[in-house]
Amino acid sequence: MVNYLSSYLVMACIYAMLALSLNMQWGYTGLMNFGIGAFYMVGAYTSAILCGLPSPEHLGGFHLPILMGMAGAACMAGLIAYLVAIPALKLRGGPFAIALLAIQETFFLIIKNESWLTNGVWGIRDIPQPFFSLVNPRFYVFIYLIIAIVALTLTYLSMERAVNSPWGRVLRAIREDETLTDMSGKDCFNFRRQSFVFSSMVAGLAGAVYVHYTGFVSPQTFSPLMSTFLVWLMVMVGGTGNNRGVILGAFLVWGVWVGSDFITNLVPASVATQIGFIRMFLVGIILTVTVLTRPQGLLTQKLSNIQLIEEEKHA
Amino acid sequence: MSEAILQVKGLTKKFGGVAAVNDCSLEVRKGSITGLIGPNGAGKTTLFNLITGFLVPDAGKVFFKGKDITSLTPHQVFKSRLFRSFQIARDYPEMTVLENLMVICEEQLGEGLFNAWFRSGQVQNQQKQFARKAVDILKFIELEQKKDLPAKYLSGGEKKLLEIARMMMVDLDMVLLDEPGAGVPPALQDKIMSHIQNLSRERGLTLFIVEHDMDIIMNICDTIIVMVEGRNFTQGTPQQVRSNPAVIEAYLGRGGEEKKHE
Repeated sequence: MVNYLSSYLVMACIYAMLALSLNMQWGYTGLMNFGIGAFYMVGAYTSAILCGLPSPEHLGGFHLPILMGMAGAACMAGLIAYLVAIPALKLRGGPFAIALLAIQETFFLIIKNESWLTNGVWGIRDIPQPFFSLVNPRFYVFIYLIIAIVALTLTYLSMERAVNSPWGRVLRAIREDETLTDMSGKDCFNFRRQSFVFSSMVAGLAGAVYVHYTGFVSPQTFSPLMSTFLVWLMVMVGGTGNNRGVILGAFLVWGVWVGSDFITNLVPASVATQIGFIRMFLVGIILTVTVLTRPQGLLTQKLSNIQLIEEEKHA
Repeated sequence: MSEAILQVKGLTKKFGGVAAVNDCSLEVRKGSITGLIGPNGAGKTTLFNLITGFLVPDAGKVFFKGKDITSLTPHQVFKSRLFRSFQIARDYPEMTVLENLMVICEEQLGEGLFNAWFRSGQVQNQQKQFARKAVDILKFIELEQKKDLPAKYLSGGEKKLLEIARMMMVDLDMVLLDEPGAGVPPALQDKIMSHIQNLSRERGLTLFIVEHDMDIIMNICDTIIVMVEGRNFTQGTPQQVRSNPAVIEAYLGRGGEEKKHE
């Protein structure tokens, strides 16, 4: 049971990083990214190829240290985001969302079909796990939980600092009124691209944290449902534009997702086999209830970072 | 007579087959308050959009302080110290009034990610200065009590005041104002107009104002340009324009002129 809880927490931390990444794009900059899973996937495969063992079936076997794999994953996701930004950031709102949806599908197909690179649908096995030899494999999840929490904390702190700075204020200004921000002397394209690239790097890092946890990666993990729409749900439930909120959202939604396993013991066997659909059903209910009763999410966005300065001044 | 700060030469912009601005040439003198009037659809707002880089002209050039700014984007135009307001006041509804003002400040250290992460002390110091300046300006225009409210709670008139406050936050040479008096109750209108005159008098800004309210235009402008069908139709002092029968005809059509003689 404790093991189960820990593995839930590891995955929740990874999803929380994805939710933070999406929150910077959607919550702060107003970029409707429906393809965040693509960058998660790119990060996961990059780290798998860089750190994995040599194999005749696919590229890889560089056997680099895991930290370098993680850095490489973030850089690769950032590089691809930079290139994607050139055409995609000319679009706004819905068309941008559709472009990113298409980009996710493209990357999904590339990874599924280019076997020389990724071993196709069979996936990459034997990805090294950090500190694996230190403890009994049964307790390995606890070690990894620490790694996941550290990664999430670092992400959270760097995000918070970024969005509460004048840089983040320009992002919010772009979300609120791009025309006025442009006239106010801010290079909006540049700011949107910085936000897009940085948050995609975080998504890539989340991918790397994922593969070194499971030791195995295949395209199934990165279906649009699992890698994009679940993340969107986390952001919406937790509170768009509030970093703590989206972390809470990630833990809650992922809790419902894996928690639905327990229902299998309570319902008749004929229903238990349909558990996948019950999950979707539950997630649909959460989404509906959120939109109807608390559209702003559980935690609302913080209004200002300047109030602090002012209070200090009066003190 | 001082020299021209803004020169528009042969500017043309077509939307489909219609020329919204058609071979328009005009000059705005440095330090003046110049009014731009004309019937609806004369191309006044399009002209503003062309000058500030929101639209690319089909032909013609715009010079600001002798420099060609025709192909610049709005944020580059701003860097040459030219700013504009919009017909419907623009603001950041989900940000506080204070933040609304602070966004416009130039040379903000914290707008680079590196500084935001690793040099937060310096960034904070600079932000304190900006915040102090913003609070002083809000006191001046009597919006200080609302500084921590989201801008969406401001009334239409207060939003217009906020726009003027924004112009006071930075050193500008010229501002294009698109209907500063529209949709504002008369009492507040006087206040806004006195602030606008103050921009010109105290800060030496050149103002170029589109306005439909003739009282305002006649009172505060020293030159008036009349635009009709995308062209600079005529220009002169308020007195000259007011007494020009061709202007009245352009505004009201021939029938209007006859009615006046009745």
